[in-house]
Amino acid sequence: MDKIDAIVVGGGLAGLCAAYRLADAGRQVILLERGDAPGSKNVTGGRIYVDPVRAYLPEIIDSAPFERHVVREMITILDEGSALQFEYGNERWRREPFMSHTVLRAKFDSWLADQASAKGAFVIPKKKVDDLLWEDGRVAGIRSGTEEIGAHVVIAADGALSFLTQKAGLRQPHKPEDLAVAIKEIYQLDEKTIEERFGLGPDEGAAGLFMGSVTRGMFGGGFLYTNQDTLSLGLVVGIGSLIHDTGGFDAPGLMDGFIERPEVQRWVRGGELKEYSAHVISEAGIGAVPKLYTGGMLVAGDAAGFALNLGLTVRGMEFAIASGVMAADTVVEALDGNDVSETSLSRYEKRLRESFVLPDMETFRHSRDVLDRQRFFTVYPRFMCELFDELFTVGAKPKEGLYRTAKRVAKKHVLNMETLKDLLAARKL
Amino acid sequence: MTMKVEEKIAVNAMKNDTKSHIVLDQTICAGCRERMCIAVCPGHLYSLNEETGEMVVEYAGCLECGTCMIACIYGSIAWDYPGGEYGVQYRYG
Repeated sequence: MDKIDAIVVGGGLAGLCAAYRLADAGRQVILLERGDAPGSKNVTGGRIYVDPVRAYLPEIIDSAPFERHVVREMITILDEGSALQFEYGNERWRREPFMSHTVLRAKFDSWLADQASAKGAFVIPKKKVDDLLWEDGRVAGIRSGTEEIGAHVVIAADGALSFLTQKAGLRQPHKPEDLAVAIKEIYQLDEKTIEERFGLGPDEGAAGLFMGSVTRGMFGGGFLYTNQDTLSLGLVVGIGSLIHDTGGFDAPGLMDGFIERPEVQRWVRGGELKEYSAHVISEAGIGAVPKLYTGGMLVAGDAAGFALNLGLTVRGMEFAIASGVMAADTVVEALDGNDVSETSLSRYEKRLRESFVLPDMETFRHSRDVLDRQRFFTVYPRFMCELFDELFTVGAKPKEGLYRTAKRVAKKHVLNMETLKDLLAARKL
Repeated sequence: MTMKVEEKIAVNAMKNDTKSHIVLDQTICAGCRERMCIAVCPGHLYSLNEETGEMVVEYAGCLECGTCMIACIYGSIAWDYPGGEYGVQYRYG
């Protein structure tokens, strides 16, 4: 079979970065994307941190079509009928170089595809890859419908579900406990309204996290990102939590409940719904990372389980960009040496270990185990809300001293063995 | 007020294939009590046909999230992406 240098499956960040880098190194590369265009099957939360990826896309990152640079973080802790909100902002975040940007992926990925094409990569949309081709025990290309394309190396960047990783025998079928479902709604509001409502300057953005009763005690939380003239609003719920929950909640109902909260409505009111999307997202950290290479094949981005939920920060896109670039660099080196064996491609993992990708995944190995404790989504939000409720309340009776109030509320909710256990677990974070 | 989930899905750009990319094994479904698929699907596309007793999935509104396939621990759901050109096309992403 005739073989081209490399086939990349999936036109998300990992795949497009891999294609860009391979083409830039003068290699033949075809990228196959099942959607109408790169980004059209994508569901993102909405924020990229720039510093981790600058070194991987040095020529183009500064011209990327970001939405707004984030200057403020907003945290909302919710109980039934009450909420505690706080913000963190920093003057430094308002000046360049900006730390993070909100992003919409249909636009962003199309731009990245243009960059890859300009370097000579063939980006082919509307092409679903059905299977891998094998030769002498190694991956040797792909099959799409009846069409077969041979390649020395296949880079699987086919997203969180990654059927290719499973077909290649690099991982077991997904488990409900390892994944969450993210549901997202896009609301259009004009730029001025967004800036006035959130107190932002031009191009400045805000990022919001919501935790507590929005997930009805289940693992997960809500998010909000301001784009140029839209808001991205979403809810993430653990699939394991959902299927074991006995409260009778369903995923669309949870999303409705979230959007209807006054703490969310204050931001979104008057906005017009433009899109309703959903996708699974890995929550298992390094525990669900598959084997990353085999003869003739590498795995990058969400397909490799490179996503980290640390409660206050949720990351995935930086890992996708960096791993896509490192996969490409490994392939270039392997092709130069005429050796695409498993041993040769194992250098990919070495690169990942020397970068921030695997060390970050490793450092936060236990974050899911720590965060996936029901009390984080029930008892602690309730404690916080009730504490402030009592402190703010002025009634007809003489008011109790502040310390006594705090002690009483704490005793009711958190001064117990369970909290101590949670605290001990939190040391692993 | 709140839009119904089918109204939300109708906002999306979608091109539907004539055949379903989700196939259920009715024998397995018949023995299932939990019917997790109904609760987990963000599009609310799963339902039980009371007359036939069979599970039904409205594949045309599928957001391609994959949640049902993972939530169905009994393995009744054979799920693949819709063919190229078909399915949901996110304009914002």
